[in-house]
Amino acid sequence: MLTLLETTTMEERPMTQPPTFAAPTARAEPTAAPVAPSVKMQTEALCAWFGKNKVLQGISLPILEKRVTALIGPSGCGKSTFIRCLNRLHEVIPGAKMDGRVLLDNEDVYVRGMDPVGLRRRVGMVFQRPNPFPTLSIRDNVLAGWKLAGLRPKDPDTLVEKALNQAALWNEVKDSLNRNGASLSGGQQQRLCIARALALEPEVLLMDEPCSALDPIATAKVEELIHELGQKYTIVIVTHSMQQAARVSHHTAFLYMGDLVEYNATDALFTRPADRRTEDYITGRFG
Amino acid sequence: MENFRWRKNKDILARWLCLGMVVLAIVPLASVLFDLTIKGFGGLNWAFFTEMPKPVGESGGGMANAFAGSAILVGLSCAFGIPVGVLGGVYLAEFGENALGKAVRFAADVMSGVPSITVGIFVYTVIVLSMRRFSAIAGGVALAILMLPTVMRTTEELLRLVPDTLREAGLALGIPKWRVILGVVLRTGAPGIATGIMLAVARAAGETAPLLFTAFGSNFLALKLDQPVGSLPVQIYTYAVSPYEEWHRQAWAAALSLVLLVLILNILARVLTRQPGKQGR
Repeated sequence: MLTLLETTTMEERPMTQPPTFAAPTARAEPTAAPVAPSVKMQTEALCAWFGKNKVLQGISLPILEKRVTALIGPSGCGKSTFIRCLNRLHEVIPGAKMDGRVLLDNEDVYVRGMDPVGLRRRVGMVFQRPNPFPTLSIRDNVLAGWKLAGLRPKDPDTLVEKALNQAALWNEVKDSLNRNGASLSGGQQQRLCIARALALEPEVLLMDEPCSALDPIATAKVEELIHELGQKYTIVIVTHSMQQAARVSHHTAFLYMGDLVEYNATDALFTRPADRRTEDYITGRFG
Repeated sequence: MENFRWRKNKDILARWLCLGMVVLAIVPLASVLFDLTIKGFGGLNWAFFTEMPKPVGESGGGMANAFAGSAILVGLSCAFGIPVGVLGGVYLAEFGENALGKAVRFAADVMSGVPSITVGIFVYTVIVLSMRRFSAIAGGVALAILMLPTVMRTTEELLRLVPDTLREAGLALGIPKWRVILGVVLRTGAPGIATGIMLAVARAAGETAPLLFTAFGSNFLALKLDQPVGSLPVQIYTYAVSPYEEWHRQAWAAALSLVLLVLILNILARVLTRQPGKQGR
């Protein structure tokens, strides 16, 4: 098994390999738009390294507009690195490199002269552990993307209320907006972080295991939220939990050891996996 | 059973030994404070803080010149030392993983071990000789140099304690790196940095040696920065070695007030660190 995987290196793949997976057909569900969703982001032969350690082996994956795309796979398979390449947060780690292309609305985000700061305002991110700014109030945490960047939103109060509402946190904190952001519970903190990202009205929202530090009730709330947000935003969610991927996502990609093994509509991937490794993983028979 | 008793006795012995050493360590500290309070407290009154020194032979008078001078010197040293120290610390913590960073860190560690009189001589040759006079500025620079390593290293250490997840949170919101450092990293580390500064100031305020040939000392209320100024430590030194009973009394009072000042700064530093105990996880 291992030797087989090791031979699947990038060199053997043509650089502009067309997606080998089934074309994303419209899924039979009430919220689906009548027209087929367009591709919001696309990676082409995306490779990434930490020092000499190559963690992504050339991944080509479309990310569809106003859909939830889940990335599943065992620990260390490169899921987090993959989404950190999408908003160019991978490169802030010392020794990290990448190669290949990442397109946002058909524009290469790694092209020379492209400002990662501007990109990150269009592609927001929510992290594994809630990380509200401990020196700021709840309100200022929501406005952090504006205020700390030296910008003034036109109507901050409405913006705060809207973002907190979208993050399903408004009712719990509306009377204590000046309390410290770190005083909230873990699940509330994570929703605060989601509100903070939404306040910038991003086009894409990346979520790196957003529920792994949360208890089941908070997880349920955040999942429900992801499901709702998926109708307005393009969402990419990394998760360890296959149940979670099945619950919230429209499309699922299975990554294994830095390779994209399979990508398909979530239903199809979980009921009729095409690859043996995918089947082993989702049935829990993995190593 | 025999074995158990022996271990028990060893335990008791070790415990009493520790206690004895602690008492031994506290005795000199306590006796200094006690002596200082007994001999100095009588000399503390309003006039001591507000009046100028009287000529020898007249009783009364105070040390307003020394208090004002110390305030000026500490103020100047903060003005020179804090910006350089804090920004240097930011460099070390955020960009310092290179040869320059290593060199600066090493230099700061060496500098914090340099005897203060050496710093005084350095400032004497560089500033006093070229200005051709002792001055408050020279004194302020000498104290700033003494503060610098402490401020720089504590700033670095505290910024390193700020979790990377907060930096990433800022960057992921599309905030430029310099604004993340100012608005998130420095702000989160601010209480601790303030503590480091307080401790550095407390140390600088008590320095005597580097002031002897930089700020020199003055018995007049000199408020010009290019003139010699008095300071508490130098005044204590001058008065203590004089043959006059009245001056000895005032030296004790000045020593007590200096200790109290340092104590207040230390307490302030502790209060500052304790207050916002919340850290991002």
